[in-house]
Amino acid sequence: MYAQLVETGAQRVRGTDELEGQERVFQERIDAGVKIEPKDWMPEGYRKTLVRQISQHAHSEIVGQLPEGNWITRAPTLKRKAILLAKVQDEAGHGLYLYSAAETLGVSRDALIAQLHAGKAKYSSIFNYPTLTWADIGAIGWLVDGSAIINQIPLCRCSYGPYARAMVRVCKEESFHQRQGYDLLLALCNGTPEQKAMAQDALNRWWWPALMMFGPSDADSVNSAQSTQWGIKLFSNDALRQKMVDQTVPQAEYLGLTIPDPDLKWNEERGHYDFGAIDWDEFFNVIKGNGPCNRERLATRVQAYEDGEWFREGLNAHADKQAARGAAAA
Amino acid sequence: MKKEWPLWEIFIRSQHGLAHKHVGSLHAPDAEMAVNNARDVYTRRNEGVSIWVVRSADIVASSPDDKEPLFEPSNSKVYRHPTFFPMPEAVKHI
Repeated sequence: MYAQLVETGAQRVRGTDELEGQERVFQERIDAGVKIEPKDWMPEGYRKTLVRQISQHAHSEIVGQLPEGNWITRAPTLKRKAILLAKVQDEAGHGLYLYSAAETLGVSRDALIAQLHAGKAKYSSIFNYPTLTWADIGAIGWLVDGSAIINQIPLCRCSYGPYARAMVRVCKEESFHQRQGYDLLLALCNGTPEQKAMAQDALNRWWWPALMMFGPSDADSVNSAQSTQWGIKLFSNDALRQKMVDQTVPQAEYLGLTIPDPDLKWNEERGHYDFGAIDWDEFFNVIKGNGPCNRERLATRVQAYEDGEWFREGLNAHADKQAARGAAAA
Repeated sequence: MKKEWPLWEIFIRSQHGLAHKHVGSLHAPDAEMAVNNARDVYTRRNEGVSIWVVRSADIVASSPDDKEPLFEPSNSKVYRHPTFFPMPEAVKHI
């Protein structure tokens, strides 16, 4: 998802009855659905896993601004431009909520951002694909933000209080993102044949990367089992992906678009859509830094940060001057 | 960055006459920028009509370890709740 393949350090998941002392009390609280708060005792593995997961999630929000920001100056109408600006601004806010949640675990935002800029931190694979046409902006809102909602709604109930509360705020705003994307595609699909073809092309390119967002099957993953026991993962990758496919297929049909999967068909027995095999080689290649835009995304992010240095310095200088004046007057 | 901006806790009062409510935190070099940033981050959808910003370092919080001595004593004082007192059927408006 926005955090993919999160390492927990676990070799084997121990049941609550195998735990002792504080760790057992901690696990019993989680089993009872009591939220863990920043000052509560927590196992080091839980803290580290959450830092990894929340910071990856935050980085994804921030890097996720780039593919869409790319189209702000080229939006076809003033209305669409204002909507896209608001959407991209929301993503910056989502990043901030999440960095704040990570900071409650004893890391600083500046340190996390430095890790991202040094290429040491992961962010979602999806943002390493290019936005070639205006229809891609619609496809991102519909498919990428749609997938994010499916992942984030359960996280509103996760065991760590600050993360859960950040997710509540994010989810409130995310629905607008998905709808503006669908609305954009609806306009294209009701437009000229060329516009509809553009929408189809965007779906063709974004469908598989969107399904990859959920990550490979984690049915046998010890990390996922540990995260599940800790209450920071509530559904398997496959279950969330199935949900995304099931809800998206009828939406594509309404648009009159064809999902680029010849194996996609309704399975009456399962009550779900069956779909074709995902190219996980592509996914791991993107994760390793070899996607179409990995280098460009990171370089753009670093440049934006460096270009803002003079402004941050100016704010610091002003704050220091005001503080000195206050001290002199006192 | 050479100097990390301090963390501020943000409180917003909504339009409906309720008290300021904690909504989250953010970094800013000073109080004025904290208010500006809080406006951008936490009130983009008419969430509020008033903002308080407080340096996180200035907040004194109770410790989770004190939970029992602080809050346990009230558990046994059920008579503090109105439902403790059964009222006769015939008595109205009480």
